[in-house]
Amino acid sequence: MLKPKHQRMVLLAAALTALLAAVLIAAWALRHQASYFYVPSEIKAHPPEADRSVRLGGMVRRGSVHNEADGVTVDFIVSDGRADVPVRFAGIRPALFVEGSGVVAEGHMVQGRFEADNLLAKHDEKYVPREMAGMTAEQARQTVAQTK
Amino acid sequence: MLAEFALAALWLAAALAALQLLAGVLVLSEKALVLGGIVRPLAVVQGLLALAALLGLIGLFATTDLSVALVAENSHSAKPMLYKIAGTWGNHEGSMLLWVAVMGLAGSFVALVERRLPERTMLATLAGQAFVSLGFYAFLLLASNPFARLTQPPPEGNGLNPLLQDPGLAFHPPTLYLGYVGLSIAFSFAIGALVTREVGPAFARAMRPWVLGAWIFLTLGITAGSYWAYYVLGWGGWWFWDPVENASLMPWLAATALLHSCSVLAARDALRAWTVMLGVVAFSMSMIGTFLVRSGILTSVHAFAVDPLRGKFILALLAINIGGALTLFALRAGSVTEGERFSVTSREGALVFNNVMLTGILGIVLIGTLYPLVTEAVGVRVSVGPPYFNPVTALFALPMMLVMMVGPLLRWRRDAPGRVARAQGWVMALPPVVGVVTAAVFIAHGGIGLLPLIGLSLAPALALASLLPLRGRDLTRLPLPVWGMVVAHFGIAVAMAGMASDSAFSTERLIAAHVGEETRVGPWAVRLAGVAPVAGPNWTAMEARLVVRYDGAGATTLTPQSRTYWAPPQTTGVSALLTRWNGQLYTVMGEEVEGDRWQLRLWWKPFVPLIWLGGALVALGGALALLGRVSADLKRISVRTRMADRRQRQGR
Repeated sequence: MLKPKHQRMVLLAAALTALLAAVLIAAWALRHQASYFYVPSEIKAHPPEADRSVRLGGMVRRGSVHNEADGVTVDFIVSDGRADVPVRFAGIRPALFVEGSGVVAEGHMVQGRFEADNLLAKHDEKYVPREMAGMTAEQARQTVAQTK
Repeated sequence: MLAEFALAALWLAAALAALQLLAGVLVLSEKALVLGGIVRPLAVVQGLLALAALLGLIGLFATTDLSVALVAENSHSAKPMLYKIAGTWGNHEGSMLLWVAVMGLAGSFVALVERRLPERTMLATLAGQAFVSLGFYAFLLLASNPFARLTQPPPEGNGLNPLLQDPGLAFHPPTLYLGYVGLSIAFSFAIGALVTREVGPAFARAMRPWVLGAWIFLTLGITAGSYWAYYVLGWGGWWFWDPVENASLMPWLAATALLHSCSVLAARDALRAWTVMLGVVAFSMSMIGTFLVRSGILTSVHAFAVDPLRGKFILALLAINIGGALTLFALRAGSVTEGERFSVTSREGALVFNNVMLTGILGIVLIGTLYPLVTEAVGVRVSVGPPYFNPVTALFALPMMLVMMVGPLLRWRRDAPGRVARAQGWVMALPPVVGVVTAAVFIAHGGIGLLPLIGLSLAPALALASLLPLRGRDLTRLPLPVWGMVVAHFGIAVAMAGMASDSAFSTERLIAAHVGEETRVGPWAVRLAGVAPVAGPNWTAMEARLVVRYDGAGATTLTPQSRTYWAPPQTTGVSALLTRWNGQLYTVMGEEVEGDRWQLRLWWKPFVPLIWLGGALVALGGALALLGRVSADLKRISVRTRMADRRQRQGR
């Protein structure tokens, strides 16, 4: 057994090592696993790798929503006023998913089309996904301007 | 009048907290020892006043007093009574009032029953509790007054978010808060011990029941919240690594570590500074969680208010409380000696490993939760989800689980692996063999991801290993805390089996079905028998009638709904679940699509209820341990009073 003083040093070293390891692993993993938020003009200009999960946010273009024959798949266009990205989603749409309103889709790009696994639309007036709090077409444009 | 009385009670409680802090400081600095007697009564009355204020607000919500701004904004006269009452904390101000009421009551409870600590440490603890409370009283009174009146009461209130109109609202927030805020006791104990430098086994034994109590409620609150999110959101998921979920997980991780280091300190007088540090960290995590959730920095169903003043206020409180506690720790840690020694292979060694790994997980979760906020400050918007959290936390959780299998079998101070193997004999080989065999079976089965595979094989091994401490002991005389440990560790294995089974074996079916059409999901045949409109007290709905059969067995009817509330106007899906011993059928109804078809989303989730059963077992284990500790203490106290009585009678 160690002397009390040494034992304390060893415990301290173990705790610090674990914390340091946690920080390093987290930093490495975040770089590879964080899902970035894109608006249509960005995702067109710099498309993410195919297997990388990202979020795409913008307005659902009016008149673009098209239901497939299977009754559960929907195609629509997300726009930020500069660029349009076609999106496909199979599932039950959030109640407030409507044309001309904001949407954030989670998924990945497959050959120029965004395959969404999940749609985050406004829950109601108060509860909205963080990325689209109060987002209008105008603000979506501003977002693009800011992130440049 | 009720609103004014309740507000007065709240102000009075804040004043008493100030007095409690002042009296505590004066006694400790030996300026006015005479005040020593009033600190405990002050703490008791302060807690009762905070409770009175909360009851006042509940009364206002129950009677839908629309002249109170908070009620008008968040309630509606047509809501069912349960949601009127539970809706009290379904908003920012009400939930903060619940927070301070729980904090005040926790302080009262400690002041009433805690007699084991040296009186000076006790006074410092109550002064610390008053200091933290005072900050939250100020926040409530100055930046979030729940009792503000409207000069022009509206004819009707705005109503409550339909997602919150669920029995879960009556259970999940109060339980979670009891845990969250209960940890303030550990924080104040740590402050008290640092101020008087009384860190030792007696301190740990006094603190342990309080930590256990908070930890039990925290476990229950997280488990209940997870199940609520699972059935209410209609996505079939039970944990989303949402920042608000992380905000409840982080205090739990710290409290779990604290619980284990407390037993080292209590039994062996080691890990003194570390235990005190964890006491500070655990409640700091509660406060960080509150900041994340209540400041409006995150937008979710939990974030009610977007008022920059509130965010800054909580941030300032956070900085003062955590910064102050850490400074105190830095000043005093040097004079808190390390205590008894132990070797690496010992019960202490295993518990240190557990603590270090839990701290690692805590770091991983904290970094992942704060990262999006940091990047947003520099203009890059990211979200961090399961692809980060799952593998990275597993990296720390898996070694911890492995050590958890042998840790409870080790002796205190010094042990050797050979001794454990000899004592347990062939049974020791059982968990690894079971684990390897399970893994082999599932690899042969194929198509299972790495993490679920590890979970599926580790769970039975861990379940077996968690029972080993019972072996060769007289079960009728086994102390309750040992039962508690066994049950809690077994619960971890059960929950892990459920999580792994859900991600490995869940099957999903998404269709648009005609009335009369039958479809299959896993072993189930599901027929859409009809769709009909139904109405509730404050909603109308389309309700699907699903006739479901498990593998040719008898039919049962499930009725998922698509519900439209009219205050506030909003549509939400209401899932319908059917639980069997081997899993859950989860059904969600969507909208009507062309061709008279209805969207249906169905999941068969084998063994998924084990997740929450496991969580409940972990909490039960905590309750057994708490019962054991408290009854032992009570016995000791009654023996001591009897001895004192006898001595008095004999005139000594």
